[in-house]
Amino acid sequence: MLEDKDRIFQNLYNDFGADLTSAKQRGDWKDTKEICGKGREWIINEIKASELRGRGGAGFPTGLKWSFAPKEVGSRPHYLVINADESEPGTCKDRDILRFEPHKLIEGCLIASYAVNAHKCYIYIRGEYFNEGQKLQIAIDEAYKDGLLGKNSAGTDWELDIYIHYGAGAYICGEETALLESIEGKKGQPRLKPPFPALIGLYGCPTIINNVETISVVPTILRRGGKWFSSLGRPKNTGSKIYCISGNVNNPCNVEEEMGIPLKELIEKHAGGVIGGWDNLKAVIPGGSSMPLLPKETCETIKMDFDACVENKTGLGTAGIVVINKDQDIIKCMARIARFYKHESCGQCTPCREGSGWMWRMLERMAKGEATRDEVDMLLDVTKQIEGHTICAFGEGSSWPVQGLIRNFKDEIIERNKFDPIVKKQKDIPYLVDQHLLEKENA
Amino acid sequence: MAVKKISKVQPEKFEFNKKNKETADSVIKNYPSGKQQSAVMALLYLAQKQNDNWIPLSAMKYIAKYLDMPYIKVYEVATFYSMYNLTPVGKYFFQICTTTPCMLRGAYNLVDVCKRKISEEENRLSEDGKTSWLEVECLGACVNAPMLQLNDDYYEDLDPIKLEQIINKISNDEVPQPGSYRGRLSSEPENTRKTLIGNKNA
Repeated sequence: MLEDKDRIFQNLYNDFGADLTSAKQRGDWKDTKEICGKGREWIINEIKASELRGRGGAGFPTGLKWSFAPKEVGSRPHYLVINADESEPGTCKDRDILRFEPHKLIEGCLIASYAVNAHKCYIYIRGEYFNEGQKLQIAIDEAYKDGLLGKNSAGTDWELDIYIHYGAGAYICGEETALLESIEGKKGQPRLKPPFPALIGLYGCPTIINNVETISVVPTILRRGGKWFSSLGRPKNTGSKIYCISGNVNNPCNVEEEMGIPLKELIEKHAGGVIGGWDNLKAVIPGGSSMPLLPKETCETIKMDFDACVENKTGLGTAGIVVINKDQDIIKCMARIARFYKHESCGQCTPCREGSGWMWRMLERMAKGEATRDEVDMLLDVTKQIEGHTICAFGEGSSWPVQGLIRNFKDEIIERNKFDPIVKKQKDIPYLVDQHLLEKENA
Repeated sequence: MAVKKISKVQPEKFEFNKKNKETADSVIKNYPSGKQQSAVMALLYLAQKQNDNWIPLSAMKYIAKYLDMPYIKVYEVATFYSMYNLTPVGKYFFQICTTTPCMLRGAYNLVDVCKRKISEEENRLSEDGKTSWLEVECLGACVNAPMLQLNDDYYEDLDPIKLEQIINKISNDEVPQPGSYRGRLSSEPENTRKTLIGNKNA
């Protein structure tokens, strides 16, 4: 277990208050000038040495991302954009950073802006976090007043302005290019990549986009050294991470822990155990709703980091852990997640727009036991036709949870949906069922 | 589920009041010159605040002129994002999160209370015309589930009885205290905190 002195977010539970004075007492803004004085190369190399991976879900190495920004500023200015559009069901870590540790974020913005040559930084906050945004704005105003932002930010000779841009309730704007579209005042529909935002991003200018948590840990890493950060966890899965444990546990909570902590320890120790005891556990969604669920057997042993999750056919994602116990109907739970994706699909790519609705309706029927036996395979086929056929990762995000359900609980679905259709006898009628399903090589 | 229906009753004219005009102008300054279109979301939000929590078509036309952009582009944005109400909603607008983490902790019991105490259907005004409710997707406070958003504020750790008390207060035009209804101040585990113990009650 991580020792208290190694926790980056000391004010995660708001013991001290979020204002500038108490933030400074906790060590924020202490030697920002010296850090920036060591130069861009040093900052980026130190972040690379820390092996920090993005905390927004995809886990892309942050130092590498920063090094993609052009070294010299050409005719187009550079931008830094912070993704605070936290909408993944099961995740609520950024909210606590925005309301309780805003100065970690602002200081991180300054250092990151300096490292990628940006003079303007936009923080995209989801519209529902209105109060959190107001608290961040207060912190930004404090920072301006104290000379930590503006013309000569914190004595670094670097000019930086931070603006908040509110979203308006679209999950898809958490996707980086959709977020840029949204800042530009358009519908939040993702762009085709390449070109990647690091070269052509906001207003066609080089843009680096990072999650709130990623940026907020940067000042502490630079202060204590990349080596310290990489000594936590294991190689390529280093550092600490805020885990959000929700669902059927006795004490749902957010907690900062070391990467690679066993899932069982998180649930039993920090969240007070599963309601009804460990044996009452049915499944766990380990990384926000878009990651495939884990059955109980895997939960016994799995360690929570990026690579261990991938080995177990799921992903760490945002580390939003949703615990589901045996009092719940697992098919209904997944049907509700499918409804979420149906509601939030932006409608740009047909497989996702139509497929997410299909998945939702099929799962609702399966939860009621109204589906046919064949439909389980058909549902899997639908997910395979969404996955990888869309512009952004939403297609994977919506189909993986359904695939996870079928992979782990297929027997339970079939048990409930025994109905054998008449269609089966007439399968050679070409238009009754989807023709491509009949051809073996396509199925 | 949010339904994007344009209201049949539309006011003829819309214009920002003086204060909102100032706010709008300062928001536009946040973006590079020539990129004033970026402010459309903020302006729509202002219009919604000014016009009793919903956006009429005249406001979209007004904003289009204000930002020198085509009306259809404003319309696109207003219909894309779910937080813009295009039909009148109650002065007190309950948005209940029912996505899986909240559902696991009984969000649908809250929906039942709303059906009973406010109106049978989503998006329909209550009898006194002051409140309406809507089922929404994840509001990002999953550790404090089940929860709801009432106008700008989050009400967390609810149960049906507490929600009934909130609705009763609202119908007397009192705004109840936002935040957790089990006395939590943040997302820390109740009673059994294992981390940052030295900081507690600092």
